[in-house]
Amino acid sequence: MKQAARKKVVQFFGFFLLRACLYLVLAVLLLFLYDIGKKGGGAISWEFLSQAPRRGMTEGGIFPAIFGTFLVTLLTAILAVPLGMCSAIYLNEYARQGRLTRLIRLSIRNLSGVPSIVYGLFGVILFVNILRFGTSVLSAGLTLGLMTLPWTITASEEALKTVPNSYREGALALGATKWQSIRTNVLPYAVPGMLTGTVLGLARAAGETAPILFTGAAFFLPYLPKSLGDQFMALPYHLYIMATQHHQIQQVRPIAYGTALVLIVLVLGMNMTAVIIRYRLRRKQR
Amino acid sequence: MSAEPLKIRMEAKNLDFYYGIKKALNKVNIACYENRVTAIIGPSGCGKSTFIRTLNRMNDVIPGTRVEGAIFLDEKNIRDPDVDVVELRRRVGMVFQKPNPFPKSIYDNIAYGLRINGMRDKRKLEEVVERSLRGAALWEEVKDRLDENAFALSGGQQQRLCIARALAVEPEVILFDEPCSAIDPIATAKVEDLIENLKKRYTVIIVTHNMQQAARVSDFTAFMMLGELIEFDVTDKIFTNPANKLTEDYITGRFG
Repeated sequence: MKQAARKKVVQFFGFFLLRACLYLVLAVLLLFLYDIGKKGGGAISWEFLSQAPRRGMTEGGIFPAIFGTFLVTLLTAILAVPLGMCSAIYLNEYARQGRLTRLIRLSIRNLSGVPSIVYGLFGVILFVNILRFGTSVLSAGLTLGLMTLPWTITASEEALKTVPNSYREGALALGATKWQSIRTNVLPYAVPGMLTGTVLGLARAAGETAPILFTGAAFFLPYLPKSLGDQFMALPYHLYIMATQHHQIQQVRPIAYGTALVLIVLVLGMNMTAVIIRYRLRRKQR
Repeated sequence: MSAEPLKIRMEAKNLDFYYGIKKALNKVNIACYENRVTAIIGPSGCGKSTFIRTLNRMNDVIPGTRVEGAIFLDEKNIRDPDVDVVELRRRVGMVFQKPNPFPKSIYDNIAYGLRINGMRDKRKLEEVVERSLRGAALWEEVKDRLDENAFALSGGQQQRLCIARALAVEPEVILFDEPCSAIDPIATAKVEDLIENLKKRYTVIIVTHNMQQAARVSDFTAFMMLGELIEFDVTDKIFTNPANKLTEDYITGRFG
């Protein structure tokens, strides 16, 4: 009996410790969100969201930055989503699983851990200088695309791995070609997971500063980018400037917090979209 | 059994199989007759599943495997380079150990094999779905809920669904890889009745680790051990008067 009582006490403390860890993390996160919400909430208005900065960026809104971030993220998606998904399908379904494939997979995993500033520098060398795209939406989008690719590939491959092999074998045993089995019996069940991972990767890209710092983001522009060859303003970079580089740093602090809030809401919104897509697709299959 | 001569439908000749450097089948010779049930029995790891999976070349998809020898379907060696493996698998159907319904509706599961072969005619599809489900003795249980997800069925029903799905593409040979090892005794009895019925139209080959099952459903039995064929004969003979000492030891339960 004593033994049993002791086991219960140990269990109680074990659970308590685990729960405490979770609450601690949550508390920090909520405090952080609360702080930004409180300080940035006041800055948010229709004008703030729809107008350009005025008077040396001490007044006005952040619309060009929202627009720029949207544009460059779209370009990132166009590059990273199809390429990433197709690579993952090839890697998981077709490639012979040997030493070379393992090496490729390991490299991709490693690439997703490379610091974003390294991607930024790489983008400058490849897209801005060698390919002569200049500092532009195109260069920045391609750089972010490259950065997102390892994420997309890895997430998509994980999603493909969750589809049981019996679906593939079952289709093949009925006389399906390999592609038919993948298209009709693997992809429909992997796509929700693939999309979720991809959107999460894109959300991360939307919030990155370093890769766009040298490849296309501008301090301030009086106009919106008209083509892929133009420079652009972006939320994370705008925030960086407002928080650290502006000459009237006290005065623009509310704008900085407002920008931070918009950026967080944007990223959160994208993540929520991922969750909703997955939920919808899963339910449709039931 | 009738007096008319039996026709060999599928035959393995000197079949060797390797997983990497490990030899899993050694010079296996088994003949499977038309409209008869051939059972493959033997202790775990004897190569019976490996053997049956070579008959529709399902092992091709496992990396690092190698086959030697010949497998004839009628007079054609299915390992010849000009054989279309997709067509082969349509002709030689397979039911797996664990029921593997696709996460689609019952109807879509059965129609799957026809649709990938380009069948679009709705009337014809409906007809085949009903005929296949009747053929697998499942029609009465599911006819009012063909739109439901196949996962909603019980394990035994799922296995009969997989049999119906295999029947829908009108194969000539049906391979059963331990079809009852994951379902309960009542469902097992139903599947056994079904196999008994199927042999009227098909050539049936079944791998089982259940000797009573082999004795009940099969006409011929092959006993395998450690990748080799020990004995192949009429089922009655194997179970009443085996020629080989190893066979006798196995069927009397001395090992296995």
